[in-house]
Amino acid sequence: MNSWTHAQGVLETPQFEWVALSPTLIVVGAAVLGVLIEAFAPRRYRYGSQVVLAVLALAVAFAAVVGLAANGHAGAEAQIAGMGALAVDGPTLFLQGVLLLIGFVSVFLFAERRLEPAEHGRAVDSFAAQAAATPGGTAEKLAVRSGYTTTEIFPLMLFALGGMLLFPAANDLLILFIALEVLSLPLYLLCALARRRRLLSQEAAVKYFLLGAFASAFLLFGIALLYGYAGTLSYAGIADVISGAPSSQVDPGLAATMGNDAYLLIGGALVIMGLLFKVGAVPFHMWTPDVYQGAPTPVTGFMAAATKVAAFGALLRLLYVTLPGMRWDWEPVLWGVAIASMLAGAVIAITQTDVKRLLAYSSIAHAGFILAGVVAVSPEGVSSVLFYLAAYSFVTLGAFAVITLVRDGDGEATHLSKWAGLGRRSPLLAGVFALFLLAFAGIPLTSGFAGKFAVFRAAADSGAMPLVIVGVIASAIAAFFYVRVIVLMFFSEPQPGGPSVVVPSLMTTSMLGVSVVATVVLGVAPQYFLDLAGQAGVFVR
Amino acid sequence: MESLIGLLVAAPLLGAAVLLVGGRRLDRFGHWLATGLAALSFTFAAVLFFDMLGREGADRALSQHLYSWVPVADFQADIAFQLDQLSMTFVLLITSVGTLIHLYSIGYMEHDVRRRRFFAYLNLFLAAMLVLVLADNYLLLYVGWEGVGLASFLLIGFWQHKPSAATAAKKAFVVNRVGDIGLAIAIFLMFSTFGTFAFGPVLGSAEQASEGTLTAIGLMLLLAACGKSAQVPLQSWLGDAMEGPTPVSALIHAATMVTAGVYLVVRSGAIFDGAPDAQTVVVIVGAVTLLFGAIVGCAKDDIKKALAGSTMSQIGYMMLATGLGPIGYVFAIMHLVTHGFFKAGLFLGAGSVMHGMNDEVDMRRYGGLRKYMPVTFVTFGLGYLAIIGFPYLSGFFSKDEIIYAAFAKGGTEGWILGGVTLLGAALTAFYMTRIMLLTFFGEKRWQRDAEGNEPHPHESPKSMTIPMIVLAVGSVGAGFFFNLNHNFVDWLSPVVPTADGDSPISHGMVSVAATVLMLVGVGAAWLQYGRRPVPEVAPTGRWITRAARRDLLQDDFNHAAFVTPGNYLTRGLVYVDHKLVDGVVNGTAAMFGGLSGRLRKTQNGFARSYAASMFGGAAILIAVTLLMRAV
Repeated sequence: MNSWTHAQGVLETPQFEWVALSPTLIVVGAAVLGVLIEAFAPRRYRYGSQVVLAVLALAVAFAAVVGLAANGHAGAEAQIAGMGALAVDGPTLFLQGVLLLIGFVSVFLFAERRLEPAEHGRAVDSFAAQAAATPGGTAEKLAVRSGYTTTEIFPLMLFALGGMLLFPAANDLLILFIALEVLSLPLYLLCALARRRRLLSQEAAVKYFLLGAFASAFLLFGIALLYGYAGTLSYAGIADVISGAPSSQVDPGLAATMGNDAYLLIGGALVIMGLLFKVGAVPFHMWTPDVYQGAPTPVTGFMAAATKVAAFGALLRLLYVTLPGMRWDWEPVLWGVAIASMLAGAVIAITQTDVKRLLAYSSIAHAGFILAGVVAVSPEGVSSVLFYLAAYSFVTLGAFAVITLVRDGDGEATHLSKWAGLGRRSPLLAGVFALFLLAFAGIPLTSGFAGKFAVFRAAADSGAMPLVIVGVIASAIAAFFYVRVIVLMFFSEPQPGGPSVVVPSLMTTSMLGVSVVATVVLGVAPQYFLDLAGQAGVFVR
Repeated sequence: MESLIGLLVAAPLLGAAVLLVGGRRLDRFGHWLATGLAALSFTFAAVLFFDMLGREGADRALSQHLYSWVPVADFQADIAFQLDQLSMTFVLLITSVGTLIHLYSIGYMEHDVRRRRFFAYLNLFLAAMLVLVLADNYLLLYVGWEGVGLASFLLIGFWQHKPSAATAAKKAFVVNRVGDIGLAIAIFLMFSTFGTFAFGPVLGSAEQASEGTLTAIGLMLLLAACGKSAQVPLQSWLGDAMEGPTPVSALIHAATMVTAGVYLVVRSGAIFDGAPDAQTVVVIVGAVTLLFGAIVGCAKDDIKKALAGSTMSQIGYMMLATGLGPIGYVFAIMHLVTHGFFKAGLFLGAGSVMHGMNDEVDMRRYGGLRKYMPVTFVTFGLGYLAIIGFPYLSGFFSKDEIIYAAFAKGGTEGWILGGVTLLGAALTAFYMTRIMLLTFFGEKRWQRDAEGNEPHPHESPKSMTIPMIVLAVGSVGAGFFFNLNHNFVDWLSPVVPTADGDSPISHGMVSVAATVLMLVGVGAAWLQYGRRPVPEVAPTGRWITRAARRDLLQDDFNHAAFVTPGNYLTRGLVYVDHKLVDGVVNGTAAMFGGLSGRLRKTQNGFARSYAASMFGGAAILIAVTLLMRAV
């Protein structure tokens, strides 16, 4: 029973499991510190201290996750912490670990200062010199000339990551909503911060913000309806009411609505919809291409990988802990969403001409593939989704990292026609990108194959064969446009005046190396990680 | 001692890897490295041999299990070697002849810019051939089998700038595929029948399988043997394979690889013993090839192709002997070893002649070379005497034993087979004498080469003549030594079943008949090529000569029977592929492309339409959820 929402008149002293919640606390604490640095540290020290702080915080938080898992919190010692608000169990720790790794390599991507030509003798990154300056205005010119950089990106990213760490752990609808907002708001801001093509970037941020707020409203409305149905916001409490257990405390004000299935069905559908928006599933996907294209590419990579992980984690917990009692109601809906996402993502991607938009549609298709594993409703389904998320996020990060390197005079050259013949000029980089594309397409010996195989097998075992068949067809369609890019890179003549590949610093290089290694290792020897995900596949109630 | 078996294979394998990976910087000494590793491998073989001699007959076999290759439930494939007397015989032959030919190649390939690569392939061949004869199961044997096929392909086409060499390599590869499929099917059948493919269990329990199964396995093994050993009907590649450098012809296409088929049949003796029908087919194949190769050998003017015909014919002898069962196995192997020596020597001699004659291969443009190349003449001459079965030289012993075993088959078959083998002996004498006379005797018929250079025949360098001398000594003495006190039979009898045949005519009679027929063959050749001047352009000849020059129309037959229908089939399939398959594929692609173009229009960039889509989606979600509950 959730004590926060049932504190009738008396506010109890909250009990707080500091150790179990330490990963999130460390990251949020570091974010607050980062804000203080922005406020008090001299400008020239900010970049260095922010990078060091973020890297340290993420490393310590990851160590904490590993320590918790080693102490059995992923299995026998799994617990509900924060007075019923948060669950620290296998899926939480697995996803938090993945999220922290994503954050860790993303910091390198954010901190890269070798790609943009130096402005007035100062190395700059991919982010706007001064976010508040009007694009093309005098203030912007002044900021650029002064060599300003937006080091706020690091605390913003840490805040977003803090929300993401809470998201899959949320065991209470209110916490779910708060975590959603904590992760979303910094992302809206980050999207607006591109140094080049600032108008496109700001447009993307506004669209993302508007549609995100719209989706949040649906989610909040759904939460209200579920509260009306169950008289509680706790996941376990709602599940008990659905399965018919008598509620211990009946709020007299809710007598009219409690136990009314219409509230449950509509509320459940709306909450699910709010989460489907975050994962970018059809028909709530339309923000994805515009935002992916407009946002600074490091942010796109971070967002594409981490948001998907966090949101699928939250969706899994909601469906498996709270709503298993209405499984027969939501399963057909999710079938439909999964099929629509796989097909629409794959089909629309065929005619894309911009690399970032192409990857956006590919991410929509992948949301559909992951949903096939979610729909399986079995421990194998959970572990397959966990594995897929881990595999997918590194491929995604790596792919966007490659995009940051292919540049011409106007910054990144994202139009596909400019990628023609890239394999002739930079065989190594094109080879790495080809590896990621093959992983997206699910070719054996890459992590993409192992992940896809795992979710499809889980879906097939639970009787969702039609879903698997559609999934395979969609994979075939998707393979077309992935391979088309490879053909373009390796078998087309390079254009005169085409883009050049910038040699990045050690940060992006090592980050790419990590992605390549993860893609190959998870593809060649996936069993260890599948086992790990399998052990982490049980939710605590 | 067991660990030496692995090293035996590892040495040349390492050489191949180092030379191929190492690149140009190894050009200066790569050939010496390869030769040294081949010699090292031979040293290991010698050590193992003397170690083996120190033990009793039954305890001589060694085995080494390296690791489990594919352990999947009942399917257990191991990388494991077995060294028994049969394998040992082959290992000694392969490593000794192999080392000599490495040495010879140093001189022969001196001016070739890709010499390092050539030696890498030679080492690769040695390693693969050793795997083939050392494997303790059919699957690993298959690995070696394919490995020698690859090495053979690479070496036949070594001078890839010549279209004829490239084509010959491709031909050898394709024809060998046919045989390889036979081996693959045989292994499938073994696994489904016995549940394993290790030699021990398969051959040990062969008696329990039905005769039909054994016949099927046997015929498939024979198909494989026909491909690798150039036996009728898969013989067509061997003549063209002479496009490869001559050391390759000597090592791979005369002494070792082409005899792998004989090894396979002897090794699988237990299977053939249970399948008399398959044995009969083996005998027929051997007998037909024996005559086929000999007739082709009589008509060829290209010295290497004449020798290739001879190789085919001699392997026919061996194949025939293996088909006779226990009365023939040992003598097949004995002839194989003696043939390995004298045929390798003959090829090296041919190579030496070509070396001195600006790479001319047409024997009608040789003549009188004995004065100019005395070492080559003597060593070639000794090999010649050995192969025609001159009394008390190698071929005399091994071939007479096969002829005797053929008579010992008994009944009408015995007389027919005996007759065929005796006829073969006469033909062998004829074509070998012809080569001898055309090359070393008679008038000079030398001609300028394509660039107009006058040939200046000279003796070859030491690195080439020494291997020829060593092989000549082997050609002369090996048979006598093998026959002394039944050395060879006693050596092999613990692992290869033997039986004394009961021949209607005695050993002595066979020897006399064979010697007489040999003299007839020599005489006939002398009448035609020794007494009269040799025309520089071959006379048209009778139909049989013309057919023999065209390899008895084998290519015409293959063309009509396989290539032409195959081309039509391919064209038909291409048509279906273009119209039907591509049509469906392109149609599907166009459909999705069109769909994509239409769907992307929904992405119009307006946040309001995106929100509308979300709203509609939410409405559908709720509606479906409610509807599902209502239904």
